[in-house]
Amino acid sequence: MPEITYREAIKNAMVEEMRRDERVFLIGEDIGTYGGAFGVSAGMLEEFGPERIVETPISEDAIIGAAAGAAMVGMRPIAEMMFMDFILLALEPLVNQAAKARYMFGGKATVPMVVRMPGGSGTGAAAQHSQSLETILMHIPGIKVVAPSTPYDAKGLLVSSIRDANPICFVEHKLLYKTKGEVPDEEYSIPLGVADIKREGTDITVVASGIMVHKSLEAAETLAEEGISVEVVDPRTLRPLDVDTISKSVKKTGRLLVVHEAVKTAGWAGEVMASVSETPAWDYLDAPMRRLAGKDVPIPYNRELELAAVPQVEDIVEEIRAIVQYRY
Amino acid sequence: MRSENLNANYDNEKTEDVLKKADVLGLSKEDLIDMYKTMIQIRLFEEMADKLYALGKVHGTMHLSAGQEGVAVGTGTVMQKVDYLLNHHRGHGHFIASGADVNKMMAEFLGKETGYCKGRGGSMHIADVEANNLGANGIVGGGIHLAAGVGLAIKMMKEPRVVLVIFGDGAANQGILHESFNMSAIWDLPVVYLCENNHYGMSADVTRVSSKVPFKGRAEAHGIPGYFIDGNDVLAVHETMKEAVEHARSGKGPVFVETETYRYFGHSKSDRNLYRTKEEIQAWKEKDPIGRFETLLIEAKVLNDKAIKEIYQEMSQVIDEAVAFAENSPEPDPSEVTEWVYA
Ligand SMILES: Cc1ncc(C[n+]2csc(CCOP(=O)(O)OP(=O)(O)O)c2C)c(N)n1
Repeated sequence: MPEITYREAIKNAMVEEMRRDERVFLIGEDIGTYGGAFGVSAGMLEEFGPERIVETPISEDAIIGAAAGAAMVGMRPIAEMMFMDFILLALEPLVNQAAKARYMFGGKATVPMVVRMPGGSGTGAAAQHSQSLETILMHIPGIKVVAPSTPYDAKGLLVSSIRDANPICFVEHKLLYKTKGEVPDEEYSIPLGVADIKREGTDITVVASGIMVHKSLEAAETLAEEGISVEVVDPRTLRPLDVDTISKSVKKTGRLLVVHEAVKTAGWAGEVMASVSETPAWDYLDAPMRRLAGKDVPIPYNRELELAAVPQVEDIVEEIRAIVQYRY
Repeated sequence: MRSENLNANYDNEKTEDVLKKADVLGLSKEDLIDMYKTMIQIRLFEEMADKLYALGKVHGTMHLSAGQEGVAVGTGTVMQKVDYLLNHHRGHGHFIASGADVNKMMAEFLGKETGYCKGRGGSMHIADVEANNLGANGIVGGGIHLAAGVGLAIKMMKEPRVVLVIFGDGAANQGILHESFNMSAIWDLPVVYLCENNHYGMSADVTRVSSKVPFKGRAEAHGIPGYFIDGNDVLAVHETMKEAVEHARSGKGPVFVETETYRYFGHSKSDRNLYRTKEEIQAWKEKDPIGRFETLLIEAKVLNDKAIKEIYQEMSQVIDEAVAFAENSPEPDPSEVTEWVYA
């Protein structure tokens, strides 16, 4: 299988879906000649022209509103928020309109739209350009939240998201754009709501998404040398959450650590732990479930502070050791 | 139907006799030299920032304002210490023109503990709240969100202040501008809206993404006096801003000033300038605000080549010292990462 970057995988999904379905179009800021702030849509203007690569003014509220409006009457927009932080300017059309139309109108409307948004820290972009806001989006019935960690998942999940009949928030991590992975040439899709076991293990289950999958895999590698066998589960879709796969894994390992970059308080780790506690896996726990998350701070600018604000590989290693050593 | 072009047709008259104009504006020769110096200081700061970035000394982003010094200095010389400032990502020039300490700015740029925001904010969020500088905003239009509130507070506290909010042509297309215009108009708030129209919001040509430019018509639609002026003419900016600020300070309500200008560097660190031509950039460099002012000052015998050389030397030294200060400053302590989340 050819190796491509996460960035290319996302672009390929968009390009292929736009070739397949004329209703699909891309809307956002600087997505044409500039190719998007992170270069994801580079070259798409040349193929699809300005009618389908719709470059907008800096008007996030209107971009998401326009995507929702177009989706309600039969188009399939992919809206790009240049940074995830900017979705906050557009929560009204996303949350009050797109997410609610179907239910509020008795199941008669559909709003098939995707909002792509790069989140996360690590680039020195500071407090207003580095947030991980997935929990805010997960809290809204009617919205699905997808967060791929590899090029393969990114492409397959974006294809499914574009074909889905609901508003989807597609969370990309900035630091992943350059990462590479195998992606088949043939068409494929990955169903939403299905987790993936990224590494099998027997001593502890680590649930992580986005960039934290990679950090957890690195931690697992280190711990393997100490004889600790770590299973890494990537939910891939945060809402709907594949509680079944997670709880089966926990039942097997007897231990759970949830890792995310988003701040700890009211973060989705709490949701995972609560969900597990509602399954039979609860009775198999050999240690209290724990979570490792971003500190409860806005992301700072300085490099060292920025690193200190979110979980790093060593933090995950330490946390896992502590859980494995725990004795009731 | 969108605008075809900006159709520059300025509201200000050009006076080539710089001394006559300065006299009318109450500016002495020393004031003119100071203005020139500040413009050079901004230019050199931006060039140094670019250099430091290229040397890999900066972890983070930056947005440089070289080419826009006329707006910054023409405005900075009008504002008073009591006035509030709100601006956006491209803010270095405004801060220097308002008298900020370049040592603390450079330290912030390098993420040091001695920076204006103790290394927490960076280039895009420089603020000096004690000096009424309420901070650069990374959210395009974020400063506009706050402006009417600051204006309302000034009015409620019955203070002789104004709030100046500086934003780009890109920000002018955020819906909040209308809400803010309307609010400050109905309550006669002392808000001075200053739009730096540098033709591009990132790669977006202002005429492609705007229903009508110049934007002053949008202000006028709300009953707010609007100006559209040559931003590369520092004295014209000073003159118009003086009038605008007096209007707001006297309790007559908000005012909108739009200045046409141009940025030379790319939008931020990642910009290959694919959306504009080298020729266009060159043509604007021929209308450089510093070059134009310099020519007028030489013609008026306020400056000569020797004096100019000395000013460059003096200002380079100021910038070099700022870099040395920043580089020798301590890094923030990671154990303090959770400080200042709450008051
Ligand atoms: C709400 C929001 N949308 C988009 C961006 C990304 N962005 C940063 S600066 C910029 C262009 C702003 O253009 P303008 O307001 O004209 O200011 P200039 O950069 O020309 O100084 C964009 C799109 C942002 N920071 N905030």
